[in-house]
Amino acid sequence: MFSILRSLWYTFLHAFHKRETILYPEEKPYLPPRYRGRIILSRDPDGIERCVACYLCAAACPVDCISLQAIEGENGRRYPAFFRINFSRCIFCGYCEEACPTYAIQLTPDFEMGEYNRQNLVYEKEHLLISGEGKYHGYDFYKVAGIDAGVKEKGEGANEQPPVDVKSLMP
Amino acid sequence: MIFILIIAGVLFIVLTIAAGLIYIERRLLGLWQDRYGPNRVGPFGLTQVVADMIKIFFKEDWVPPFSDRPVFVLAPAILISTILLTFAVVPFAPGFNVLDSNIAVLFFLGNSSLGVYSIVLGGWASNNKYSLLGAMRASAQMLTYEVFMGLSLMGVVMLADSFNLREIVEAQRHGWFIFPQFIGFVIFLIAGIAETHRLPFDIPEAEGELVAGYHSEYSGMKFGMFFVGEYMGVTLISALITLMFFGGWLGPAFLPPIVWFFLKTAVFICFFILLRASLPRPRYDQLMGVGWKILLPLALLNILVTGALLLYFK
Amino acid sequence: MMIKVQIDGTYYEVTPGKNLLETCLTLGIYVPHFCFHPAMGSVGACRLCAVKKYKNADDKKGRIVMSCMEPVSDGLIVSVKDQEATAFRAAVIEGLMINHPHDCPVCDEGGECHLQDMTVMTGHNYRRFEFKKRTYNNQDLGPFINHEMNRCIQCYRCVRFYNDYAGGSDFAVLGSHDHVYFGRHQDGILENEFSGNLVEVCPTGVFTDKTLKAHYTRKWDLTNAPSLCIHCGVGCNTIAGERYGGLRRIMNRYNGAVNGYFLCDRGRFGYEFVNDDNRIRKAQIRITKDKNLEETPPEKLTTALSDAFFGTKRWIGIGSPRASLEANFALSCLVGKDNFFHGISRKDHLLVKTAIAILMNGTARSPSLKEIEKADVVLILGEDITQTAPMTALAVRQAARNKGIDSTVKSGIAEWNDYARREKSQDLKSPIFIASSFGTRLDDIAEKTYRASPMDIARLGFAVAAMLNKNAPQVKGLNEAQKELAKEITGVLKDAKIPVIITGIHSGSPDMLHAAANIAEALKLNGQHPLLSFLLPECNSMGLGMMDGKSLDDAIKLTDGGESAGLIILENDLYRRADKAFIDSLLEKCNPVIVLDHLVNETTLKADILLPVGTFAESEGTLVNNEGRAQRFYRVLPPDGSAMESWCQIRDLMRLSVNHEEVLWEKFDDVANAMTDQIPAFSKIKGYFPDADFRILNEKIKRQTIRFSGRTAISANIDVSEPKPPDDPGSPLAFSMEGSDEVPPSSLVAYYWVPGWNSYQAMNFYLDEPNGSLKGGDPGIRLIEASAANHLLFFNPVALSFRSRSGEWLVVPAYRIFGSEELSSKSRAVAARIEIPFILMNYGEAEELGGKDNDMVRLTLADKIIEVKLKIDNSIPAGILGLSTGLPGMPYLELPGMGKLTVLKS
Repeated sequence: MFSILRSLWYTFLHAFHKRETILYPEEKPYLPPRYRGRIILSRDPDGIERCVACYLCAAACPVDCISLQAIEGENGRRYPAFFRINFSRCIFCGYCEEACPTYAIQLTPDFEMGEYNRQNLVYEKEHLLISGEGKYHGYDFYKVAGIDAGVKEKGEGANEQPPVDVKSLMP
Repeated sequence: MIFILIIAGVLFIVLTIAAGLIYIERRLLGLWQDRYGPNRVGPFGLTQVVADMIKIFFKEDWVPPFSDRPVFVLAPAILISTILLTFAVVPFAPGFNVLDSNIAVLFFLGNSSLGVYSIVLGGWASNNKYSLLGAMRASAQMLTYEVFMGLSLMGVVMLADSFNLREIVEAQRHGWFIFPQFIGFVIFLIAGIAETHRLPFDIPEAEGELVAGYHSEYSGMKFGMFFVGEYMGVTLISALITLMFFGGWLGPAFLPPIVWFFLKTAVFICFFILLRASLPRPRYDQLMGVGWKILLPLALLNILVTGALLLYFK
Repeated sequence: MMIKVQIDGTYYEVTPGKNLLETCLTLGIYVPHFCFHPAMGSVGACRLCAVKKYKNADDKKGRIVMSCMEPVSDGLIVSVKDQEATAFRAAVIEGLMINHPHDCPVCDEGGECHLQDMTVMTGHNYRRFEFKKRTYNNQDLGPFINHEMNRCIQCYRCVRFYNDYAGGSDFAVLGSHDHVYFGRHQDGILENEFSGNLVEVCPTGVFTDKTLKAHYTRKWDLTNAPSLCIHCGVGCNTIAGERYGGLRRIMNRYNGAVNGYFLCDRGRFGYEFVNDDNRIRKAQIRITKDKNLEETPPEKLTTALSDAFFGTKRWIGIGSPRASLEANFALSCLVGKDNFFHGISRKDHLLVKTAIAILMNGTARSPSLKEIEKADVVLILGEDITQTAPMTALAVRQAARNKGIDSTVKSGIAEWNDYARREKSQDLKSPIFIASSFGTRLDDIAEKTYRASPMDIARLGFAVAAMLNKNAPQVKGLNEAQKELAKEITGVLKDAKIPVIITGIHSGSPDMLHAAANIAEALKLNGQHPLLSFLLPECNSMGLGMMDGKSLDDAIKLTDGGESAGLIILENDLYRRADKAFIDSLLEKCNPVIVLDHLVNETTLKADILLPVGTFAESEGTLVNNEGRAQRFYRVLPPDGSAMESWCQIRDLMRLSVNHEEVLWEKFDDVANAMTDQIPAFSKIKGYFPDADFRILNEKIKRQTIRFSGRTAISANIDVSEPKPPDDPGSPLAFSMEGSDEVPPSSLVAYYWVPGWNSYQAMNFYLDEPNGSLKGGDPGIRLIEASAANHLLFFNPVALSFRSRSGEWLVVPAYRIFGSEELSSKSRAVAARIEIPFILMNYGEAEELGGKDNDMVRLTLADKIIEVKLKIDNSIPAGILGLSTGLPGMPYLELPGMGKLTVLKS
């Protein structure tokens, strides 16, 4: 009985508390950097796009809203010829970011993407690509990969021995 | 002519309060839960009610094909009409009532018993398991609380020596009945909450377990009638508490009597909302247990003691 | 006889003679493995297939053995799941992964990688190795194969395939200890015609498909369909993969009776013509004779076509050996049987008809490639089969091993024990005799080769037949060497259990067919069961030949009477079939000329009305291969409204033409059934292939994997509301990732996948047993069967010997795997391998003329003069020239023929 009255009283006291609600359009809330909002494609420290068009984000996407096509540049560096995200289907689950082996695709704390025309929610590579590294600084996939795509020669990677001399029989 | 004006006035006041409650309840809940509630439509969100009404009117007037159509349509109307009829005997201020009945209290009790038909029939006609379960709970709950609701008022009636609400108020000129009849007040308050099946006693609806209870199948304006009916019920119980225990329109003369009446009623309406904001729903068997095992004996005891004292002092 | 083995506590009845790994895969038990390949046997190199073997039921300790090296024996008790064996396998993978680079995202093998599968399967998931990784420099291996040596895990499958199985010699393992390197001695094109199989054989991404790399798509994103290779008459089964409306790659589709695990490079890399810019996508009309073809809107086209059909009473239909049976049949229905012509020259027509008549007679069975692989004697007459029917050559190469296999099996070494078998048999080879006009790619396995003119090769065949049977026509005037050789061949053939005679029509000599038939008949009279394989040039040469119809040369006779006639040409570049002047006059005389084709060629340029039709990737159809096996291919590209299937286009023409108002063909099945009803030769096809109503548990068979991605984004740039998947009412397959999860019937397998096996190795679980036949039987139905009772009258007379004349040479055709076939030569990668037109000449004669290698020479043949490059080839006898045939830029020439040659001084 007493506890009922006490809870009534405590609830009543909340009338004098500060309200938790942030009145959104007038007031902007703080969103942490790892918030899962609008998806972007980042660039590596050299300013070249990070995406290597491996298709893993597309495969991970539970609503299949990512579509891309890989092509190769002169050095054999692979990049997406087109990269399309249909944000009208995207559920911002972040699986694409988790699947991405190069930190290229990242979710950002921007969610203000409303459109009156659904067609405008289809983002192509030029809409997605930003000019910076996003959340993850200093990572360059091709420095740690085995292939030579014009970033480093064979054997010059962080964890690589110089190329084997096949003609030598020395141990 | 004045009679018609009074009817119109009562209808206007009751419906306005009921409609206003839709807004006020949400704002107050917001206040007590550290948020805002509706504040976007119009200044302070005041026209939210209008928006809701427009919405509810434009919804499809859907009667499920498997329902018992005439009963289904009739049920919400019964609720509204019984409550509105009760307001006929409520004196808002001296001379400001539709009917100055000398059996007003009995009329109120009778009408509120009729109100249960609305819910039972609505739940039955929906032809839906959840609705039926809600309706059965409602009938059991109302049957239980009906009993000692009437008994709890008997102390007041004995003190005022009248069933006439105006006379009951007048009898409080020298002291509100809350003081001699505190136990009666508590019982009536609890019974009133149960009668209007408001939280924490909204067991017939119990959205956590029964979808929406007896009105699961209702939509559009038919649902709207149940919805508004609930707020009118809240207003009615609050008004009766004011009349029975808190001296009705009586108050210092710097405010007109009608204002005193509405202020007092408003406090109890707010109390109803505060209850909703803070208390969880009890289990069904707990509700019934409390009713039969504690409140009924208490109400009887209250009558016994009041009667004995009255006889003693006469 | 079956034996009982116990694996992980369960008893299984298995066939003896296999190794334990094969047995487990047959039973569907997942045993990780790398170096074992069903077609190549086991060598026990990778140590991954370790399992625990117990001495007997009381032995609780057991010992680890390599399952690929363990023969199954009665009462064998093993455990695959044993903890120690599992840990052993995980340790092996961890070792292999030490130097494996962090490449999967940019590796083309990713997603269908055997190494990925095995790593997941063994449970190695964290790399503890923190030191530097070994690296290698890569090699440029030509337009087909990409090389990325860092990824190598040293399983040796590539060299075992390339050198041991396919007979390549320009690829090897180099270096020593942990520096071994798989590649060539220096950068350069991989010469072997089967190099493309390295893509599938390599368990990781060292060798990947360079043509796929240009438009790379992951395996899970491809829309696949069971298809057929259309680049020669062998009829290999393929899986064609589509993405974004383009054909992305061709993979091997297992067919135990035809191609098994492998494909040739022409078949694998010759697909890109489908995506060519020269594709005809819209109908075109020539308004007046002097104008160019112009694209037409559909209404105008319909008017033009109805006008054409209204104004022309008589139509000549020219079919094609590269179009499906159904398309050819539809055309013959449209124009009437009497007006239907085969679209090949009179000579080719005669050769094809002769070949089919011999097979239909039923003397000898036409062997499947599997049967050729089992042969103990092979006689090849007048063909360089590596160039004309590459997969047959690969089968013959395997046949050469049989003597060695027999000897090893006799000494107690199992056939699958590859390394031991090779060591034991050394150079022991089954006798393969090759008679040809110049050196062939199979000479290295030949017991004896014989170089002569096609006539003399035929005479050798006749001589062998005559020695086998006294009643066969005798050959007079053979020299001692020829007699000696004929005697040797006769001696071997007489004792052969499975003698195979392979010849074909590429040398242009009917005598060759007669000689082969005589040998087969003689062997049969001897009580043997000879196999007789005729190689025909195109994917449906056999099927078209089984239909009624005359040759292209006969078509022109119809127009000679002066009566005007319209001409409908189905998927056929006539300028490749006959003399230019002849075709010009044919096209001149006929009006209007309607051409149905998919790529611009000389004939389409001459059309009055040009209608676009689908390639093999956009159609469904039936083809009959050399063996007489009818096989069906299915559409892989979804219909986009541009190119209709040929039979559909012809059906629409039929509906327009006044004589055929009621053509009820709605679905592919309708036309296929009409064909099998009307042409008795094809009656066996009826009901063999699942029809369009075929369902498994009410569901169609899916073309896409469950992982197919981008469904809601692929067409979002055009319209954000995605369309429903394209309908395919004509086939039991669906353009969807939704469909039956059951294994489809063998002829409808669109891709290989079983849980845990994303790589191509998943295919083993679709088979009765590794290297066996597909579950439910190998797809395709043989239309021609031999019968023991049937005999053939010996062909007579014997060909006359070739006598060289001074100043004149006999010019024989020299085919090339890359270039001699029309469609593949329009594909980018194959085009990069096409040689400049050349002529082969003996060194002595070239010197006499004053010509050196690579000089330009002028060849005068009949009334034609062409200039080609001189190639010195000492294998070609004096008096004979080998002229490259069918290469782009070469005019049609009737070969063999007599020609004159002069060397052009630069």
